[in-house]
Amino acid sequence: MTAPAIRTRALRKVYPVTGNGAGQGAGIVALEGLDLEVRAGEFFGLLGPNGAGKTTTLGILTTRVRPTSGTAEVAGADVVSAPVMVKQRIGVVPQRPNPDRSLTVLENLLFHAAYFALPRKAAAERARALLELLGLGDRAGAKVDEISGGQQQRLMIARALIHEPQVLFLDEPTVGLDPQARRELWQILRGLHSEGRTIVMTTHYMEEADRLCERVAIVDHGRLLALDGPAALKARAPGGSLVELRLDGEAATAATAARGLPGVLRADGEQAVLRAYVERPGEVIAGLIKTAEQAGRSVVHIDLSPPSLETLFISLTGRKLD
Amino acid sequence: MNPLGPPVPAWQVFWALLRRDLRVAQRELPYFLVRTTLQPILFVVVFGYLLPKMRFVQQGYGTALLPGIIAISLALSSIQSVALPMVQDFGWTREIEDRLLAPASARLIAFEKVVAGVVQGLVAAVFVLPIARLIMGPIAGLTWTEGGALVLVTLLGATAFSAMGLLLGTAIQPQQVGLMFSVIVAPTIFFGCAYYPWQGLSAVPALKYAVLVNPLVYVSEGMRGALTPGLPHMPLGYVWLALTVISAAFWVWGVRAFERRAFS
Repeated sequence: MTAPAIRTRALRKVYPVTGNGAGQGAGIVALEGLDLEVRAGEFFGLLGPNGAGKTTTLGILTTRVRPTSGTAEVAGADVVSAPVMVKQRIGVVPQRPNPDRSLTVLENLLFHAAYFALPRKAAAERARALLELLGLGDRAGAKVDEISGGQQQRLMIARALIHEPQVLFLDEPTVGLDPQARRELWQILRGLHSEGRTIVMTTHYMEEADRLCERVAIVDHGRLLALDGPAALKARAPGGSLVELRLDGEAATAATAARGLPGVLRADGEQAVLRAYVERPGEVIAGLIKTAEQAGRSVVHIDLSPPSLETLFISLTGRKLD
Repeated sequence: MNPLGPPVPAWQVFWALLRRDLRVAQRELPYFLVRTTLQPILFVVVFGYLLPKMRFVQQGYGTALLPGIIAISLALSSIQSVALPMVQDFGWTREIEDRLLAPASARLIAFEKVVAGVVQGLVAAVFVLPIARLIMGPIAGLTWTEGGALVLVTLLGATAFSAMGLLLGTAIQPQQVGLMFSVIVAPTIFFGCAYYPWQGLSAVPALKYAVLVNPLVYVSEGMRGALTPGLPHMPLGYVWLALTVISAAFWVWGVRAFERRAFS
């Protein structure tokens, strides 16, 4: 077995709180003892809602955030004691494109290559090839401000790849892209993965994690809740489809009653939402509505989700992704 | 190309970063020169040409003024070429992250910014000198014999103000840039002994010693010592010492602020 591309041990990050009323040692806990291992060549997803700790994790792995405690190794180098070696071996695509706006599209790639001491000729060839691959071949001489947001995002990917990194990090790469651009990006990422590159991507889109990643870590409140392949994770979902009933009041009583219904695998009440995991929704919905009404509530809205990472996520965290 | 190869030598990263900054500076050269030298040149027009012509000031005033004008151009351009892009980079665009991903320490990246600031300071000073001389006409006591001192005060002055730019660029929020000019840069210029020799402040002794915290005082007086050595000026030994200490202090302080902004 080759060494893992990434290994974290008990990784913890507490952001200090400044300002009035912040006591000594007070802080916002972003990561609470994260243990992760990403294999070399793996397409790995970090899935969680905003504020789950995904971006902090990526920040630590890309040396921009300093862990409060614990260790993290990327491509065999420690992020705290050898950040320069880590930076040499990684490519990073940020959530918000941050191209060098004083330079042209091509210069962004050429100078980035120069920071990594790529020979000039090799850099030029590689930059041209990447621009072609990412559909920017005809925008090489354009100023960054003249290209669209989607094109800037692709430029960020080209920049992250120019120095042939071992590990590619992408932070929510498809946020703000239209469906067409998103599918194109997926295609590109699949291609990069098939070349044997390790890819670590954060996302809060279930579908994205499901379609692209070999393994997915579900994180929330800085903790790892589940880690497995998308199929295995889906199999771990409470089973069946998720029926969500929004009631006009507290759902706890109705949830308790719903657990007794035939075909209901599990039922939880959270504020005004009754969540029931059921085998065949068509046969159970009428019974669920009746149960709610018997508990003195009326149903305002019904949502039905087939078994998916989303239903697993809700069962793990009690909340939706976005 | 081999990502597992030996570390990229720091000087190569440094050189690439510097090339990037110089490329951008070269592209923006006209705007840069207007931004940093127009104000000193206008001052030369009024105080070095018009007022002497109207006989409001003595003819000899140009001798005191010219070194100060060079000092101001050097200081303004050094401080601005580091601080202004950095405020933006750290502010809304986060462009600096591109540079922070380079395989080098944050310290080296900050150091490169200071060096790029020094280069731009030199360009502005070299640009202003002949223009000022042209506007003011012949200047009594001006000499080029103290070349070594001239180079040294130019380099040290540019370093001190670039390091100051590093500190300001990392410490100041984008919306406070205007404030930076009125609260920090303007007093630095007006109390920097650029428009009058330090010795003249003997008339107001309290001010004479208060202005010693101002780095521009040493650049102006150093320029006087180098360009018009026959006239009264602060001993050059004090100038070297003060500028070295000030550069080191701003550098240490600035790097700390830079690292605080670069990492969370």
